[in-house]
Amino acid sequence: MTRYIVRRLLLMIPVLICVTFVVYFLMDLAPGDVISQLAPADATPQQIEMLREEYGLNGTIIERYGRYLWRLLHGDMGTSFFLKRPVFSVFLERLPNTLMLAFASILVAILISLPLGIAAATHHRSWLDGFSVVLSMLSVSMPAFWLGLLLIFIFSLHWKIFPSGGSEGLKYLILPALTLGTEQAGNLTRITRSSMLDVIHQDYLRTARAKGVSEKKVIRHHALRNALIPIITVLGSTLGNAFGGAVAIETVFAWNGIGRLTVMAINNRDMTLATGCIFMFTLMLNMTLLVVDIAYAYVDPRVKARYSK
Amino acid sequence: MSEHRKISASELKQYKKRSLLSEVWRNYKKNPSAMIALFIVIAIVVIAIVSQFAFDYKADIVQQNVREKFIHPCAEHPFGTDNYGRDVLVRVLYGARYSLSVGVVAVAISCILGVTLGLIAGYYGGFIEDFILRFCEIFTGIPSILMGVALISAFGQSIIVLMMAIGLVYTPMYCRTTRAAVMPVRDEEYIEAARIAGVSDLKIMFSHVMPNALSPIIVQVTMGVASAILTASSLSFLGLGVPIPLPEWGAMLSEGREFMRDHMYLTIFPGLAIMITVLSFNLMGDGLRDALDPKLKE
Repeated sequence: MTRYIVRRLLLMIPVLICVTFVVYFLMDLAPGDVISQLAPADATPQQIEMLREEYGLNGTIIERYGRYLWRLLHGDMGTSFFLKRPVFSVFLERLPNTLMLAFASILVAILISLPLGIAAATHHRSWLDGFSVVLSMLSVSMPAFWLGLLLIFIFSLHWKIFPSGGSEGLKYLILPALTLGTEQAGNLTRITRSSMLDVIHQDYLRTARAKGVSEKKVIRHHALRNALIPIITVLGSTLGNAFGGAVAIETVFAWNGIGRLTVMAINNRDMTLATGCIFMFTLMLNMTLLVVDIAYAYVDPRVKARYSK
Repeated sequence: MSEHRKISASELKQYKKRSLLSEVWRNYKKNPSAMIALFIVIAIVVIAIVSQFAFDYKADIVQQNVREKFIHPCAEHPFGTDNYGRDVLVRVLYGARYSLSVGVVAVAISCILGVTLGLIAGYYGGFIEDFILRFCEIFTGIPSILMGVALISAFGQSIIVLMMAIGLVYTPMYCRTTRAAVMPVRDEEYIEAARIAGVSDLKIMFSHVMPNALSPIIVQVTMGVASAILTASSLSFLGLGVPIPLPEWGAMLSEGREFMRDHMYLTIFPGLAIMITVLSFNLMGDGLRDALDPKLKE
């Protein structure tokens, strides 16, 4: 198991480096010179050259990227051009908001989709099943930012229960978490339903029932545990994507998360900030996926047995 | 036994082709929601084509008419008019072309790239496969929307760039699907036989290996159009997709958002248009999956 984890961590390194290269290179391709925007209007060519050196933007793209990577490997993510602060501290400042939204939305998604998916599978072809299918289809087809706008209209403009935007506290979290959670719930319900349906007709369930295990226990211990692996997989990637992929929802609710920060950095041609944010995001996503893979071993003894071989 | 008769190879081929298609269609027809979805998609395609001739871009789509601004939905303007007095219904209908073309072209790009890469990875295996898979991993490590934003900021904001950005973002998905479908047949005897017979690798890949991957790819293409349309509309919503004043649905939503308090209909109708389109493609994909592989249906 430890060997497996170490191997996975080592494999992450080249991927992360390539991600920084792709982002850095794309940002470099973008039209517009950052230095000419940063420099005062009456700057002499020498001053501009000095600024360029100060920001590490002199030389060819390979030289620049090389310097960036060298510093990154030493734990220095550089300074944001526009905020004039270390990238890492800017990132850390936004991190709690991002984590809060990601986990709250996943909680909403789980609360909706696990009961619904399980009920749909145990009551296969009933009205409940149909309801779950329709609901999950709608939720994966609806633009999430549109749902967010509808919620704002109902709950903050019409009924004035929740604020329409900002990220100052729990009250501000509810609407974005509901929006993002509903979006994620669609996929999760589908997976829960189909993987429960897969196991529900297995012989070991019939055996369990035959020996007199209560229906509740059959579903919870025998069916759900066996159906859990695909559910956890989807949960992991959903959570991973919520760390940086919920840009539109963050924008709708003026939520100060990493997604919005990254888009702002890209739009400002703030190379270090954009590359740093995407680097951290990819790291978080990969770590989540690794945790998911490790979680398999705890959920399913068969997987654990495979590792110990 | 008496019914046995000899048929030529070409006849057999024709017969097989017809039966496969007709069987899929027969299965597909049984699914009412998939059939409704198919009709809606056809209707949207017709709208996208007809709106080209029915409306004049300058006069009906971008022409501002401030005297008629913010007319709420009524008989004359069923969807109302926007802040520049433009008819929202006409703009929504005209906007069908953008979502549809972005969805279809983006999927075509990612399908061509992804299927080719997936075929190569699955067929050759080894070092090449590792390389391609790692390459895919880099792109899946970045959320599609951020990657889209980065690509658009690098290459400028236009509908072509939007198509290419979304196409690139979804390429790894097709690559993986294809590879997964190709892998089990890589060592089949008929592949080996073809190789011994001197058939070129390229021909083996496309005419012997690829047909095995066809059903998952077809399903993914249909659903891919749905997710491409969604991604495109979020990018437009962020102000990075189709440049204004083109009536792209996501961009219309983003414009209407400012006037949400008093004129909610401005955000409702473009959003509904996106949802109905995406929903139809998703339902079609579901129907196709069941039709292509009845075994999968529970």
